[in-house]
Amino acid sequence: MSGIEIASLNKSWATFNAVQDISFTVEAGTLTVLLGPSGCGKSTTLRLIAGLESATSGAIRIGGRDVTNEPPAKRDLAMVFQSYALFPHLSVAENIVFGLKVRKVPAAERARRLQRAVDILGLSHLLDRKPSQLSGGQQQRVALGRAIVAEAPVCLMDEPLSNLDAQLRHEMRKEIRSIQKSLGMTMVYVTHDQIEAMSLADQVILMRNGRIEQKATPSELYLRPATSFAARFIGTPPMNLVELVDSAGGAVVKGTNGPALVEGKGAGLLLGVRPEEIRIASTGIVPAIVQSIDYHGADSILECLVGDQLLQVRVEGVRRHAVGDSVGLNWKPEAMHVFDRETTLRVERKVLVTADGAGEAPALRAVK
Amino acid sequence: MKKTNNMVVPWLLLLPATVLLAAFTHIPAVMTFINSFYRTPRGNRPARFVGMDHYSSMLSDPVFMAALKNNAIYALGTVPAAIALSMLMAVIVNSAIRGRALMRMSFFLPTVLPMIAVANIWLFFYTPGYGLIDQFLGLFGFHERNWLGDPDTVLGSLMVLAIWKEAGFFMIFYLAALQQISPTLSEAAALEGTSRWYFFRRVTFPLLMPTTLFVMINAIINSFRLIDHVIVMTRGGPDNASTLLLYYVYNVAFRFWDTAYASALTVVLLAVLALLAFVQFGVLDRKVHYK
Repeated sequence: MSGIEIASLNKSWATFNAVQDISFTVEAGTLTVLLGPSGCGKSTTLRLIAGLESATSGAIRIGGRDVTNEPPAKRDLAMVFQSYALFPHLSVAENIVFGLKVRKVPAAERARRLQRAVDILGLSHLLDRKPSQLSGGQQQRVALGRAIVAEAPVCLMDEPLSNLDAQLRHEMRKEIRSIQKSLGMTMVYVTHDQIEAMSLADQVILMRNGRIEQKATPSELYLRPATSFAARFIGTPPMNLVELVDSAGGAVVKGTNGPALVEGKGAGLLLGVRPEEIRIASTGIVPAIVQSIDYHGADSILECLVGDQLLQVRVEGVRRHAVGDSVGLNWKPEAMHVFDRETTLRVERKVLVTADGAGEAPALRAVK
Repeated sequence: MKKTNNMVVPWLLLLPATVLLAAFTHIPAVMTFINSFYRTPRGNRPARFVGMDHYSSMLSDPVFMAALKNNAIYALGTVPAAIALSMLMAVIVNSAIRGRALMRMSFFLPTVLPMIAVANIWLFFYTPGYGLIDQFLGLFGFHERNWLGDPDTVLGSLMVLAIWKEAGFFMIFYLAALQQISPTLSEAAALEGTSRWYFFRRVTFPLLMPTTLFVMINAIINSFRLIDHVIVMTRGGPDNASTLLLYYVYNVAFRFWDTAYASALTVVLLAVLALLAFVQFGVLDRKVHYK
């Protein structure tokens, strides 16, 4: 069993710092997702771990061994590429055992590992096919097979599902997670898809502009985002962030006279409330006017104007409101997050309101 | 009215190309085939049907046999060497090295030069005594040699020139093919610790096979087609040691004016080329992986 330790890792090209001062630990046998928008440095970080790029500074330890300057082959890891990197002229079986042949694994052992991998992945009827004769999902399985037969303790995945359709992505996600667990792999998984990250990860590392924005468990990331960027990146639709201003009793939503929602000054702060935490009733914490309704089937997204700030509210499917209705918005005190507008960092402030009995606010429990 | 228009317009559009193709390709080809069964008409003596006479006399024609042998050696010598060299050059200029653009240009340069100019440059290289090659070899104590005047070295000298000229051209095809190969393949192989030679043998070379087949067929056709340098440098001599098939056909047709015999030689030359192309496609096509 070997975990991964990354210590103050940096990677820069001539004028561009792709990865800046990144440190994190992946416990052995767990799955860590590197999440972030494109260009945030998550793939570069993965390639640094793999040894396909060399670090400018910092250290990478796998299983306690410093591999920062080791070539990829000596790092004891397997990798699945976004494009699968299958050899187009080799059959499925040859593709899977390619690495074992290079490493001069005896033929009997090769056959045993191949058999085990194809049994896990359900590829046994496709062994003689060429990659071009396979569907996208099957190609993905072959790429996984290559990682499985390597029997390396660490497996790296670079957006492995981004070329698949939504249905298949969902199935493969579950499959990857169950393989990772049953084989006890230590896995680092790169994706820009927050749903993939939330459903797969033991630990999510959210990156932006080459830096770590937050590292946390999926539920912590959802419940206690460390920055306004993290708050907006997780969740669909993203968390509402409304501007606060000063008022006599405390901070109020910009454009309103109250009630005071948060203790102290309000200028320069943002209040965050997730759309799914807001309930609509005839009266509520703040009055609002429905601006637009976006019907999705199981639910609808209402845009409501509070003061001069727009909030999205998720309500259950049935249309009960019309554009122009005056409504009240309710939420639980613990659903409120406060961020500094300048630094984007989370600010701990005492919340002044309690949920109004009129709305049925959802139970919110921190899952630790 | 409209119906006639529909019939006429496409034929009118095809006419220019059809006329040119027929006048310069199809009719001459058919005429060549027909003429090869007749005796060359001279003065007031008309052409007479002689059947397979020209073909049977070829077998006892020592110059034809020499040209056939020379051409076989020439093809076997230049084609594999040019292919290997062009593949090597393509791999070199495809890697991230300094001065890559300059290397690509210098490798490709021989292709751009006209064959006549190239042949004249190499005439100087091969000049006995003070030519580039003799001067270079002189540094190591070799005696001067008449490279193009010696039956033992003349064909080899022409082959070196042909390889130099052809390899740069084929390199472009290999370079294009190499750039089609996804770089993640070599990364995936690097994770397994694949050596460069093993990767080339097991991945790059098989993926280049469609290009190799294409290049090989072109190279073989070229080896029977290129004669500019023979005319400029040796005129087939000494003692027919550098006579190639097409040069012999040219001599028979336009210096001895035996056009009927030249027609028969041409038919044989085409038959040989067609046979080689069919064999290559038939044998290699099954082993080639196409995307």
